[in-house]
Parts: sequence; C-alpha cells; structure tokens
Amino acid sequence: MSDNHITLKLKIWRQENKNAKGHFDEFNQKVSPDSSILEMLDEVNNKLEAEGKIPIAFESDCREGICGTCGLAVNGHPHGPLPKTATCQLHMRNFKDGETLYIEPFRAAAFQVIKDLIVDRSGFDKIQQAGGYTSFNTGSAPDANAIPISKTNADLSLDAAECIGCGACVAACKNSSAMLFVSAKVSQFALLPQGQPERYDRVQAMVKVMDENFFGSCTNTYACEAECPKGISVSNIARMNRDYFKAKLCEEKVEG
Amino acid sequence: MIKLNSNVPEGNITEKWSNYKFSMKLVNPANKRKFDIIVVGTGLAGASAAATLGELGYKVKAFTYHDSPRRAHSIAAQGGINAAKNYQNDADSVYRLFYDTVKGGDFRAREANVYRLAEVSNNIIDQCVAQGVPFAREYGGTLANRSFGGAQVSRTFYARGETGQQLLLGAYGSLNRQIHLGNVEIFSRREMLDLVVVDGKAKGIIVRNLLTGETERHSAQAVVLATGGYMNVYYLSTNAMNSNATASWRAHKRGAAFANPAYTQIHPTCLPVHGEAQSKLVLMSESLRNDGRIWVSKKAGDTRPPDQIPESERDYYLERKYPAFGNLVPRDVASRNAKYVCDEGRGVNGGRAVYLDFAEAFNRIGKDAVKDRYGNLFDMYQNITGVDPYEVPMQIYPAPHYAMGGLWVDYNLMSNVPGLFVLGEANFSDHGANRLGASALMQGLADGYFVIPYTIGNYLATEKPEKANPESSEFKEAEKSVRDDVKKLLSINGKQTVDAIHKKLGLVLIDKVGMSRTEKGLNEAIKQIRDLREEFWKDVKVVGKGEELNQTLERAGRVADYLQFGELLAKDALNRNESCGGHFREEYQTPEGEALRRDDEYAYVAAWEYKGPGESELSKENLEFTNIKLATRSYK
Ligand SMILES: Cc1cc2nc3c(=O)[nH]c(=O)nc-3n(C[C@H](O)[C@H](O)[C@H](O)COP(=O)(O)OP(=O)(O)OC[C@H]3O[C@@H](n4cnc5c(N)ncnc54)[C@H](O)[C@@H]3O)c2cc1C
Repeated sequence: MSDNHITLKLKIWRQENKNAKGHFDEFNQKVSPDSSILEMLDEVNNKLEAEGKIPIAFESDCREGICGTCGLAVNGHPHGPLPKTATCQLHMRNFKDGETLYIEPFRAAAFQVIKDLIVDRSGFDKIQQAGGYTSFNTGSAPDANAIPISKTNADLSLDAAECIGCGACVAACKNSSAMLFVSAKVSQFALLPQGQPERYDRVQAMVKVMDENFFGSCTNTYACEAECPKGISVSNIARMNRDYFKAKLCEEKVEG
Repeated sequence: MIKLNSNVPEGNITEKWSNYKFSMKLVNPANKRKFDIIVVGTGLAGASAAATLGELGYKVKAFTYHDSPRRAHSIAAQGGINAAKNYQNDADSVYRLFYDTVKGGDFRAREANVYRLAEVSNNIIDQCVAQGVPFAREYGGTLANRSFGGAQVSRTFYARGETGQQLLLGAYGSLNRQIHLGNVEIFSRREMLDLVVVDGKAKGIIVRNLLTGETERHSAQAVVLATGGYMNVYYLSTNAMNSNATASWRAHKRGAAFANPAYTQIHPTCLPVHGEAQSKLVLMSESLRNDGRIWVSKKAGDTRPPDQIPESERDYYLERKYPAFGNLVPRDVASRNAKYVCDEGRGVNGGRAVYLDFAEAFNRIGKDAVKDRYGNLFDMYQNITGVDPYEVPMQIYPAPHYAMGGLWVDYNLMSNVPGLFVLGEANFSDHGANRLGASALMQGLADGYFVIPYTIGNYLATEKPEKANPESSEFKEAEKSVRDDVKKLLSINGKQTVDAIHKKLGLVLIDKVGMSRTEKGLNEAIKQIRDLREEFWKDVKVVGKGEELNQTLERAGRVADYLQFGELLAKDALNRNESCGGHFREEYQTPEGEALRRDDEYAYVAAWEYKGPGESELSKENLEFTNIKLATRSYK
C-alpha cells in the first residue's frame, strides 16, 4: 500500500433534478491509489461542502460490491473499465496520473436521472414483483434435505442468483435491454426443483412487465455480460428464451 | 424507572415456546385484514416479517430508506447461517446450539429467547430452500455445512461468500409476492424520523420522503422496527455506509428502553485501515479462520516479508493460547488478542495488522479446494489491496462490526412501549455480550418468519381495529418536531462538515470505548462526546435545502443522534464494572488476562430510559440461568 498520490481531471455529470438540463462540472483531484473511486468522490464532496457548495449526489451503501447501489459510469463503462468490478471496488491504482475521467449516471430510457449520478431503477423491482419468487408461504416447507439437488445445478443456479440488480447490463446495452437481469432470476429458479411448478408462468409474467417498463429488446451484442460486475453469463438469456418460447408456442398452459 | 417484564412463559425450557403458541390469543382470519402493521426496514428481519404478516392476511406497510428493499445491509453478510439440523451427524442438537449461544454470549442473554432461536433455526433452512435459495451442496445433492468460530460442530449453511445476499433475495422474493398480491404496500426512499405514541401505545411513524423532502404521517395498530445495528457510530465499521441508529434512537426518545449498548462486537478478520480517505472497513468472512492460520512474528518491529520469517520465529498465538479452539475462538477473544500482539509491536512491520495464512490449507486440500470455498473472498482481497493472497499471506485487523445491544424487548419481541416490536440487529435479545458467527442471519430470520407472526397476533387480539387518526395532536406534534429538527440543522451554517465531526466521534469511541475500556478512559470519552455535541450544534455546516433530495441533511440527522447515543454507549460501559464478551474493562481481568465476569452483581440486562439529552436512567432485568450453569467461558 503506497503513498504516491495521483492527480486526475474529473468531469462529473451534474443535473439538479429529473427535469433540469445537465452538464459536466470539472474538478482536479489528488487521490491515493488505495482509495476507491467512491472515496475519491467523498473527498470531492467534503471539499465542496466545506466551501458551502452543493455536493455531488451519488448513491452507495455496502462498498463491498454486493448491494448494487453504486451505479455510475466511468469513461462510458458502467462501473468503470475494470471487468467484474463494481464502482465501489474500483481502486484508483487502476488509473494513471494526469488522466481525465468522465463520470456519469447509468444512461437508459428506463432509468430516469433523479439527481446528478442517481438514477431511478424501480423498474427492476416491478419486474421482480411480477414473478421473481417461488410461491411458498412461511411454514409450509418440507425438510431442506428432502429433495436432493445436484451440486452442478445448485452451483449454476447460484451463478445466476449472484446478480446484484445494479442495472449495469441495461446501461451497457445499446437497446437498454434488461434481458440479462431478468434471465438471471428466471434461470436461478429454472435450475432448481423448487422453481418448476411456476417455471413457465414466471417467465411470461416477468417478460411482460419488463416490456411495459421501457426496457428494449435483446440483439445479442453481449455488452451486458462484458460490463456485468458479477460476470453473469449470457447463457442465462438463452435459457430464458427457450423457456419463454416453450411457454408461448403452446397456447395452453405448459407442463413443468 | 421502567418496569421490565420479560414475559417469559412458564414451564420447562424445551416446552415454553410450543405451550405458549398454543395458549396465545388469535386474531381470526377475517379480522386480520382490518389490522394495519407498519414494518420499518426490509433487511432479513424486516422483509421476512413483512412477507409473513402479509401472507397471514394483515395489511402491511413496509418502509426502507433504500431505493429497493433488496439493498438492505443484510445483503452484505458473507459467511453463513447456523441451524441445528445435525446433517453432519456430528452430535449437534437444538440444545447444543442453545448452549453454544448462551456460552458464546458470555451468559448475558435471556435463556428462553435463545432456546426458541435454536428451536426455530431448522425451520429457517427449510423455508429458504423452498424459496430457491441456492445453498452450497455436496456431490450427493444434500446441503453442505462449514464450521464457524465458537462452535465445535459444523452447523453453518452457506452460499459461497454471499449467504446474506441469497437469504435476503429469498425474503425479498416473498415480500415481492405479497406486494404483487396487494397485501404489502412498499414505501422506498422513506426515512423514519419519529415514532408516534398515542395513549402510551405505538400507533404510527413520521417519515421523510428522501426524494422530495416532504414529511408523511403513517398510522397503524402496531409498529415493527427492523432497522439494523448502530455500529456506524464508530464512523469506520464494516456496516454499510447508510446503516444508522436513528430509528432506534428516536423510538428511545419516545420511551423505548435501550438495552446493553456497550455490547459491541469488533470483528477479528477485516482489512487493515489504509489511509485518511477511507470510508469503511471491509470484512473478510470469518469462515476464513476455518482454514487460515493467524500469526505474527515473535519479535517486535519485525520488518521482514512473511516468507522470510521462518516457522520457528512465528507465533501462532491463538493456537498457542487456546489449543482446544485454536483459530476458531469466538470473535471477542480473537480480536482482543490481535490488539495485544500489535500493542506489543509484533504486528506486520510493527503496525496494526496480523497475518492470516493459508499455506497449510494449500498443502492439505490444494489451492483449487481453497478457491472453491473462498474464491470470491480471495478475489475481493486482491482487488482491494492489490496483493495476491494465493502467494502472500493476507493481512487482517479487527473492526467494529455488530451491535449486540439494541432496543429492549420481552419474549414477544415487544419493547416496553406496547405495540412497538423490534426485530433483528435492532433489538438486544439473543446474543448476550457477544454474538457467534452466522447467528445474526439466523436471528433476523427467526424473528421475522417464525416469532413475530405469532406474538404480534397475541397483542393485536386484544386491540381494537380502529386506527389512530393521523390528524390527531400526537401525529401533528411528532411531524412538527421532525420539521423543526430539519430547519435547525439547515440554519446553523457553521464551518465543519458533518463527516468531519462524525470522524472525530469515531476516533473517541474506538480509542476509549472500543476493544478495551477503562473507567478513566470512559469518563474522558463522555466529556469529549458532550463537547463534540455542542460543537456540532454550533459549528456544523449542512448545505442545500430541506425540500429536496439532500444527502448531507440525511447524514446530519443521523450524526446528531450518534452524538447522543455515543454518550449512552460510554455510560453503559462505565456502569458495567466487569468484563464480558465484547465488553472488556481492563480493571476486570484474570491474572492470565482473560475477561473477568462478576455474576453476583452484573448478571442483568442494563435497560436505559431517555430523560433528556445526556440524561438517562438505568433499569435492570435480572438474568436467571436455570438450564445452563453460569461458568467461566473457556476456549483453552
Ligand atoms: C460485512 C458483514 C458481514 C456479515 N456476515 C454475517 C454472516 O456471515 N452471518 C451472520 O449471521 N451475520 C453476518 N453479519 C451480520 C448481519 O448481516 C446483520 O446483523 C443482519 O443482516 C442485520 O439484519 P437486519 O434485518 O436486522 O438489518 P439490516 O439488514 O441492516 O436492515 C435494516 C433495514 O432498515 C432500514 N432502515 C433503517 N433505518 C431506517 C429508517 N430510519 N427509516 C427507514 N428505513 C430504515 C434499512 O433501509 C434496511 O432496509 C454480517 C455483517 C456485516 C457488516
């Protein structure tokens, strides 16, 4: 861990509210290579506040890469240039002294800017409410070991379930498609016996709400997987498409 | 003085909960929809409670300051969740989990609550598997387990290093289903800023809409707080940036007793502090202690790189001092010992860090097996420090992590204010003076899925379904006090930022009310905190307006509460003239330097009543140990 600070030119998106016109503010910031990009923004804000100026609004919470709160784009990349890394874990040692960084909110029709770097991702919750669960009431479950599940399937299911719901996939996609996000949830359940009873209803319900909430269509460019901080695989999209078409092809209800 | 009645049911400990469930008053199914319940918080405790109460037919309003329920701090829990399933056939049982938890808590928890926790632990795992939580499994398809600090059996269920995420997403799914069905209404980006008490009963809350700054009044027949722990009072902690004590503290100001605030847990396996700009401390799951060995050099000020310190010059101090538990001693013991070796100058390069070394595990089970168990933790370590832990031993140091203390609750999880229930980390109930690893997730879900759905019915069955009128003077007064606070904060216009004052408070607390405490230090801390409080109200600068999204204002309100709560934390530590669990008073230790409990005088819960800023009055709930004999905790 070193003491060699670097100095960066920051161009940061400022927008007072959802209806206001936005612009870039410029800052020169000295920063420790061990700081994360959010800690750098903390420092910028501390200075602004001390001067009586309005700090940059941005969101974060766990700062461990798991809560999915901290969505912002650095030089056009959601969560910055480092693969499989959320903004909160993007450390300044990955940048060079003198570099210019453009810091912007996630851009997508479905994610309206609320203020500065904060966007509205409530569309994701609406999709989950439509079917991102198994319909078991508390107390009705059988013994946890009653149904063995192969380690392979359990692991694949967890690979999908690791999605942190940050929205980088949508921001990365030229169509603002949410297919990676939705397919991750659909796949988690499609791979488990507990998910089978509602498998085909679930996929249809979730896709319907996705379409209603301004998310675009998927044209297989795979930018979503490339920018996903958890490395969620596009194979989930293929799995979801299979289920979706199976459900749609048969007009009546499909057997699980 | 508050009258504290634990309301523990009569009978043998193994039968209390089942007998009680049978004898409870019930709300009939048709009447349930006439009752509104407010649930504040959508972490494991809040989401599981809101979902289950919705399933039962109550009308639930759920609140969170996050943009989505899924972002609650529970999402960050890594290591796992305990249950007494005994799937490993290693002699685990409900009784053993009960025993371990009471002993691990250093005999400062209520036996009956802990027994119930152990009893329902198995239902939690069943419930989560049914929800599609993809726990780790063996090749044969059954669930896998690992062991955790403070236990000699393997009872921890896990999903890689992301157990909290998977459990929370399970509960979030159940919550979403109830939202979809119209049984739960969700209010996100709302911060509860006051509790409304009408005729002595909790009847509603005042929230601030964080997007618009507007205040709202919400009325109901019962209020459930599941708002998490208070460890961010230390400024640097492992908690999420926004975790705070405001909901609990404001309820405390309205009459709810605060219990055992001095029981704080400093987690042994966190990344060392790297610099001034650091905003939080990162936890490495303590499951790493299963396979990693902790050591420092035998020499003070040793600056050799670790691979040049030969085996004979290393001190595996936990294995040396505690041969039975070794690296798996409970958290408080592991943390304090790390502090001691660093105080002696034997930390890495003479600084504040110790090694966590996997070389032995690489030889025993191979790098791939280590990667399978801890891969994402190793990646995280490398990402943050820039050092490859497969090549160089990790460096760790303790960090403030978990609040055992919290609002006082009885066996029903109801506070001393009727109608106010408190769940999860926000209550004080089950962990005594120290929490065992993987037991917080268990407690949060036990409270939410399996306890509150019963006990709240018992309360509501005697309540009339009429809601309190939000136009009543109590609601108006509470709303006005929230608005006045906001105005006051914005009007000070001093010179220091909110963070600068919070940082100062954190330094006082970690230094004098941290891993090791003395009477002298605590008295100094109390004075310093009072001074800081004054400084804050004279000199803080809160920019922006009240009627808009204003994150500085949000933080200012929370720090204002910490400046009161911090004093109570120090006072409680000063009052407790003994050492137990996470509370270590240097005056009270054995000749070997272990914690010295004083059961004759301090086997009680310290419940504090708010009497105005800086003023509090102590009430005691005596603890009786009729099943597990009070004994000195030994991990030798
Ligand atoms: C890094 C880390 C790792 C951990 N790992 C483990 C582990 O492996 N095993 C284990 O058992 N435990 C672990 N713990 C502890 C455990 O995660 C927590 O104790 C537990 O998740 C707390 O859950 P909760 O539901 O009580 O509160 P939280 O998850 O903190 O949720 C609090 C909720 O309340 C809301 N809220 C708070 N105040 C307000 C307000 N004023 N108005 C509106 N909403 C409000 C928040 O928005 C949030 O929804 C870990 C903790 C940390 C920090």
